[in-house]
Amino acid sequence: MAKLVYEYILVRYGELTTKGKNKNEFIKKLANNMKLALSNYPNLVFERTRDHIYVHLNGTDPDEVTPILKNIFGIRSFSKTLKVENNIEEIVKAGKDIMEDKQGTFKVITKRANKKFEILSDKVNRMVAGEILKNYGPNLKVDVHNPDYKLIVEIREKNTYLMAETILGAQGFPVGVGGKAMLMLSGGIDSPVAGYLTMKRGVEIECVHYASMPYTSLASLNKVKELAKLISGYQGQIKLHIIPFTNTQMEIYRVCDHSYAITMMRRMMYRLAQSLAERNKCLAIVNGESIGQVASQTLESMAAISEVVNIPVIRPCVTLDKLEIIDIARQINTYETSILPYEDCCTIFTPKNPVIKPKKDKCRWYEEKYDFEPFLKEALENVETVIISPSTKFDDNEDLF
Amino acid sequence: MYKYFDHSSTTPVNDDVLSTYYKILQKYFVNSESIYPRGLEVNNLMEKSREKTASLLNVLPKEVIFTSSGSEANNLAIKGTALKRKGFGKHIISTTVEHSSVERSIKWLVDYLGFEVTYLPVNQNGVIEIEDLEKAIRKDTILVSIMYVNNESGAIMPIDKIKSIVRKYPNCYLHCDCVQAIGKIDFDLTDIDMASISAHKIYGLKGSGVLIKKQHVQIAEIISGGQQEFHLRAGTSNAAVNIVFYKTLRKALEAYKDHKSKIKKNHDYLLEELKKLDKIVINSPEDGCYGVINFSCLTITSQVMMNALSLKGFEVSAVSTCDSQKAISRVISQMYKDENRLKGTIRVSISHLHSFEDIKGLKEAIKECIEDYG
Repeated sequence: MAKLVYEYILVRYGELTTKGKNKNEFIKKLANNMKLALSNYPNLVFERTRDHIYVHLNGTDPDEVTPILKNIFGIRSFSKTLKVENNIEEIVKAGKDIMEDKQGTFKVITKRANKKFEILSDKVNRMVAGEILKNYGPNLKVDVHNPDYKLIVEIREKNTYLMAETILGAQGFPVGVGGKAMLMLSGGIDSPVAGYLTMKRGVEIECVHYASMPYTSLASLNKVKELAKLISGYQGQIKLHIIPFTNTQMEIYRVCDHSYAITMMRRMMYRLAQSLAERNKCLAIVNGESIGQVASQTLESMAAISEVVNIPVIRPCVTLDKLEIIDIARQINTYETSILPYEDCCTIFTPKNPVIKPKKDKCRWYEEKYDFEPFLKEALENVETVIISPSTKFDDNEDLF
Repeated sequence: MYKYFDHSSTTPVNDDVLSTYYKILQKYFVNSESIYPRGLEVNNLMEKSREKTASLLNVLPKEVIFTSSGSEANNLAIKGTALKRKGFGKHIISTTVEHSSVERSIKWLVDYLGFEVTYLPVNQNGVIEIEDLEKAIRKDTILVSIMYVNNESGAIMPIDKIKSIVRKYPNCYLHCDCVQAIGKIDFDLTDIDMASISAHKIYGLKGSGVLIKKQHVQIAEIISGGQQEFHLRAGTSNAAVNIVFYKTLRKALEAYKDHKSKIKKNHDYLLEELKKLDKIVINSPEDGCYGVINFSCLTITSQVMMNALSLKGFEVSAVSTCDSQKAISRVISQMYKDENRLKGTIRVSISHLHSFEDIKGLKEAIKECIEDYG
């Protein structure tokens, strides 16, 4: 059979339908995010209504659009929809065609909004189901109580619309309705997961990465860019700020007790993140910290580190076990990249015995005695910003393959 | 008119493959193991080629080992298994019609390391009797090496049945020389422990091959040295060649898919026309792969027929090109005993590059040769 030509994809909203007055703004944002993510498909037309967004395909292959829609937050579910004439033969044939590649149980639900249509809903149900059973009998059975597929036949004024499948969306809120935050993206497993979870709640993110060249390699920076690319699809594109951190780090190692090096380093990173956040209108810092995972992630450490900033620090992974974080990393496809064996700025100067209960006083004492300000200033002056999207190519070598 | 009919021997390089190869050679000369950015870039490209090759063949990237040729892949599979696994036994099973690189690798093991080998004979269809394998395989058999498609006759070995027998012997690996199968038939590497592939048989470059070695398979390296190819094949990687391997394979599989019916049509036409000619007998089995026709003219020796066709501009072969110094075909002599038949074998390869007119031209030329010299 030739491939079915679907008319549109019906998109159902997620949690936002409960949001009263803000609903309109949410829908607008969602539609915009969808347009951005699907900008490679110029034939698509987006129609916004109170309850649904219709993505009119105009010849675009829905199977190319589906995987992209699945990654857009704020969508509860969506369905590919066929359009036929208000003619019982065509309706029956379309019902059969739409079920051809399916297996399991089904139920036909006809909604006859157009009462001028002469055949009653129940009869349409029987005719369509009969045709399906006749053609795909062993593969498909009727179950009116708990079907795998609800084949919906909507007979409207001009045309009849059919849909058989409800594809689950990414849930959450449309990215951007919750403002913007600065994600500390290290290159490990946790921070991309933290970014993903934040975006899921409707918060747009920008990323900051601390590079310690030449102690860290170009390969490790490329890995971070790749991670940014992997999570960029959820909001269309992502800004990655790369801060040169070597000189600050060297100074810390020169003047501080090495057991305090990590704590001091994190304090500097937080300060830089806050400055960058303010500069880019971000309302919070996000990172992948999880209680007790490493020395700098004990509650004492968190307290000693986050006292240097006054904007909220959001830690979406804070109470997750490593295995739970890995599960999400696999699900969002960042795990394999995260575990590539390149050093990052946290692993490179790791002291033998990092303090796990750092004292705030001691940290402050170092910072009073030695002036880190010039180092931070220099780092901020030399930030490099790149914009990355799912279609970003870090090399133009596709033609070699 | 296109007069080259020896694609089982080697193939012209695909234009796209060739221009890509130039491009890579010019741009990336640095060592793929170097850790400065350009070295990493070359390495990335090579690993990308490995990954894509793997997904095309439905195996894992770490199961793809780049080699210099199909012959090297065969050597690595056979000698590598023997050296690593001799503790499990020293018995190897193969057939009497394998490519020389398989045959002589096994002979090397017999001559120098005291291995024992059972060669399975083939019937008139050019394939082994599966009962022979069942009888020959034993607890100390560590390797069964049988080709997928024969290079001279085009016979397709009963690989599925072979798989199911070898699978019963957990200490025994199955190696398939797939050099002539890729791009000619539908093939499936499931349950094959090792498989050899050559690029120049599929419109790629000479000096390029791959050994597929499934992850559970343990072999010793033959060329010792650096860390390249998972320590299984030392020597600075031929990165440009390995990078372009994926495109070579992809193009070949696409060509197979697109031109299957055209090749079948041309094959069937030539076969029927040859059958009509007096004094010609067909050596290829009826159910062999499309694209290889082996026949004999009972009244003209191979050498004379080849010379006569060459004068008309047609290039065909008599025996496997790797054995071309030999007088008679080792493979066909396993299928038939008649001396005149064996003296007169000719192998014609039909490619997707041939038009129907090309095939007709060859047919006419053969006909004329028989009229003039037969």
